[in-house]
Amino acid sequence: MAMFEGLSEKLQATFKRLRGKGKLTEADVNEAMREVRVALLEADVSFKVVKDFIARIKERAVGQEVLESLTPGQQVIKIVYEEMINLMGGSESKIQIAPKPPTVIMLVGLQGAGKTTQGAKLANLLKKQGKRPLLVACDIYRPAAIKQLEVLGEQIKVPVFSEGQISPVKIAEDSLEWAKKNGNDVLIIDTAGRLHINAELMEELTKIKEKVNPQEILLVVDAMTGQDAVNVAEAFNNQLGLSGVILAKLDGDTRGGAALSVKAVTGCPIKFAGMGEKIDTLEVFHPDRMASRILGMGDVLTLIEKAQQNSDEKKAREMEEKIRKQELNLEDFLDQIKQLRKMGPLSSILEMIPGMGKQLKDVQIDEKEFTKIEAIICSMTPEERRKPELIKDSRKKRIAKGSGTTIQDVGKLLKQYEQTKKMLKQLSALPGMGGGKGMPKATGKSSKKGKKGKKGGQGKKPFLKFPFPF
Amino acid sequence: MAGLFSKLKERLTKTRQGFVDKVGEIFSGAKKIDEDLYEELEEVLIQADVGVNTALELVETLRKTANERKISEPAVLQEVLKEQITAMLGEERALQFAPAGPTVFLVVGVNGVGKTTTIGKLASNLRAQGKKVLLAAGDTFRAAAIEQLEVWGARAGAEVIKQGEGADPAAVVFDALRAAKSRHIDVLLIDTAGRLHNKVNLMNELSKIKRVIEREIPGAPHEVLLVLDATTGQNALQQVKIFQEAADVTGIILTKLDGTAKGGVILGIQSEAKVPVKLIGIGEGIEDLKPFEPREFAKALFSLAEEG
Repeated sequence: MAMFEGLSEKLQATFKRLRGKGKLTEADVNEAMREVRVALLEADVSFKVVKDFIARIKERAVGQEVLESLTPGQQVIKIVYEEMINLMGGSESKIQIAPKPPTVIMLVGLQGAGKTTQGAKLANLLKKQGKRPLLVACDIYRPAAIKQLEVLGEQIKVPVFSEGQISPVKIAEDSLEWAKKNGNDVLIIDTAGRLHINAELMEELTKIKEKVNPQEILLVVDAMTGQDAVNVAEAFNNQLGLSGVILAKLDGDTRGGAALSVKAVTGCPIKFAGMGEKIDTLEVFHPDRMASRILGMGDVLTLIEKAQQNSDEKKAREMEEKIRKQELNLEDFLDQIKQLRKMGPLSSILEMIPGMGKQLKDVQIDEKEFTKIEAIICSMTPEERRKPELIKDSRKKRIAKGSGTTIQDVGKLLKQYEQTKKMLKQLSALPGMGGGKGMPKATGKSSKKGKKGKKGGQGKKPFLKFPFPF
Repeated sequence: MAGLFSKLKERLTKTRQGFVDKVGEIFSGAKKIDEDLYEELEEVLIQADVGVNTALELVETLRKTANERKISEPAVLQEVLKEQITAMLGEERALQFAPAGPTVFLVVGVNGVGKTTTIGKLASNLRAQGKKVLLAAGDTFRAAAIEQLEVWGARAGAEVIKQGEGADPAAVVFDALRAAKSRHIDVLLIDTAGRLHNKVNLMNELSKIKRVIEREIPGAPHEVLLVLDATTGQNALQQVKIFQEAADVTGIILTKLDGTAKGGVILGIQSEAKVPVKLIGIGEGIEDLKPFEPREFAKALFSLAEEG
């Protein structure tokens, strides 16, 4: 999809003819800025924010020495990237704690942004940090909103204060008293979603604010928001004076330019990012990752984290061992596919890899191919999976039948397996290959294993080994 | 409560009016057609979430037409652009109903776009037309989603078929389809859990729900309606594409148009996916779900462009 074509590739093309130039002239920069502008707009960064941003970049880029190691295109990207981190950065995912408890946090935002869900996630996070949070149900308008908060509170064992559908201002006020009596040191006030142009409901927020004196007023913003993000953020900020932002639904595939817009117009740090529907998916916001994401430059760090989260370290170690001893079989093949697929749709994984955008522009990744391979392997007996050499024609026929594929498919898979095995044989003949990097040969097995485990435990070494050529 | 609503409406109308007056100015304020005007138009379109490429194309076509037809009046140019956009949006299209037996609408979308609320409003509208309506609580995931639908069901006078939280949504849908047939229901509205389109498992779940519907009632679902939040930016293109792959979306419901968001991304969608917009949501009231009128929408794109 054209939308996901990386900015870096476009810029590379723009600058191709500039190779060998020592400095960027204004004309060069203007041309590059057009590409940057389009990329930012396609990522939903607000039009006005883009305008200001580009002006700033241009100033910095004109006359820049082109570093020897970099192409001019990369040089511009580097400036854009740095400025973007500057703009979004300085964020710390910390909640201001009141010197005298309770600390009061207000969550505000449009309908459907994810206030209630993020509120429960935040309560969960604070509870884990040893706090005694209280969730306050001030959304009296949306049907079953109170009930939703109660269910979530039950799940995380955090009390929920509700008084039914009376004035939210009164509920907030009462909750403060209740918290003081019951020893809750953090109040999280879930307010109703409202339009920023609805004067009456915006006024209601001000009244709540006046009653409870919150340390934090957090705007919850849907990461998929388009150009309107600035209007929304500005209106809430003018009305209430925000202290921070939670960017919700960032686990989608949006480029998330709204993050930049909101930060630019409010000056408030983005404190957290909502990364899923489950209660433990409120994460620290990383400006650098967000910058690469907005620019479509790939998000290697997230990819590595994903791989870490999803790979079973013990299995990965076993796999290394097997590769070294050349004992790999189809059962391992199946494991690898399963682990890979756990990370999400392949196309989105590949998008996270820098430079892949271009190569894959016209390649359709067929997820079905994996399903097919899984089906074929699952239709083999365990014996056959361990020793694929055993599979003769009649068995192939049965396997094809069992998996709803053709004999050719089965044959193709077996051939791939053979090739992989051969390749691994060559690989493990090379020094330091066939297992971890620079792994010493077979000596001192136990100590090495221990070391390896520790490394994995620190989460520094991603197990990203897919030894099969597809 | 009623008083609050009417007041609220008054306010919204006022705000909208303000915008309308403001933007007529782009055209009427311009004395002649020049580069500045084109640039301004492009800006307005981009700020309406139309998307850079679509905005550029629109303005390019406009420029060509202006030259060909030798248009010199900005006001005429405005009409041409509206025509262009209206044409892009296609004809106004009504919801499809079954010729006989229960009509089934499957309602899908990402989280927080307003699926359940839309179903509540739709149920009320259909009930007002004298139809027998049944609701299926297919969002078994989100806390209190079932209760939310029940409140809407009670308001509209429609029964709700449900199971507990965490139940298999396909099973709920199956029950609802059976009930719709045996109770001679006119329209069955199926609510589903919000899902981000890049979650493969959840999209597969949706395909499964659709298969269950197809198997139980031939010709159903008569509509697969994707609810799209008008505040969404360019990601809406992906949403449409992937929901279409998983569940053959037949129409879009564009919600939350009562804010300052213009939902211009619909234009980009039309040039790529050709899924018609059938309904729009313009408020929280039961009567605030309206048929989509391309011409009105085209007008609003400009009228709402600039704040303050």
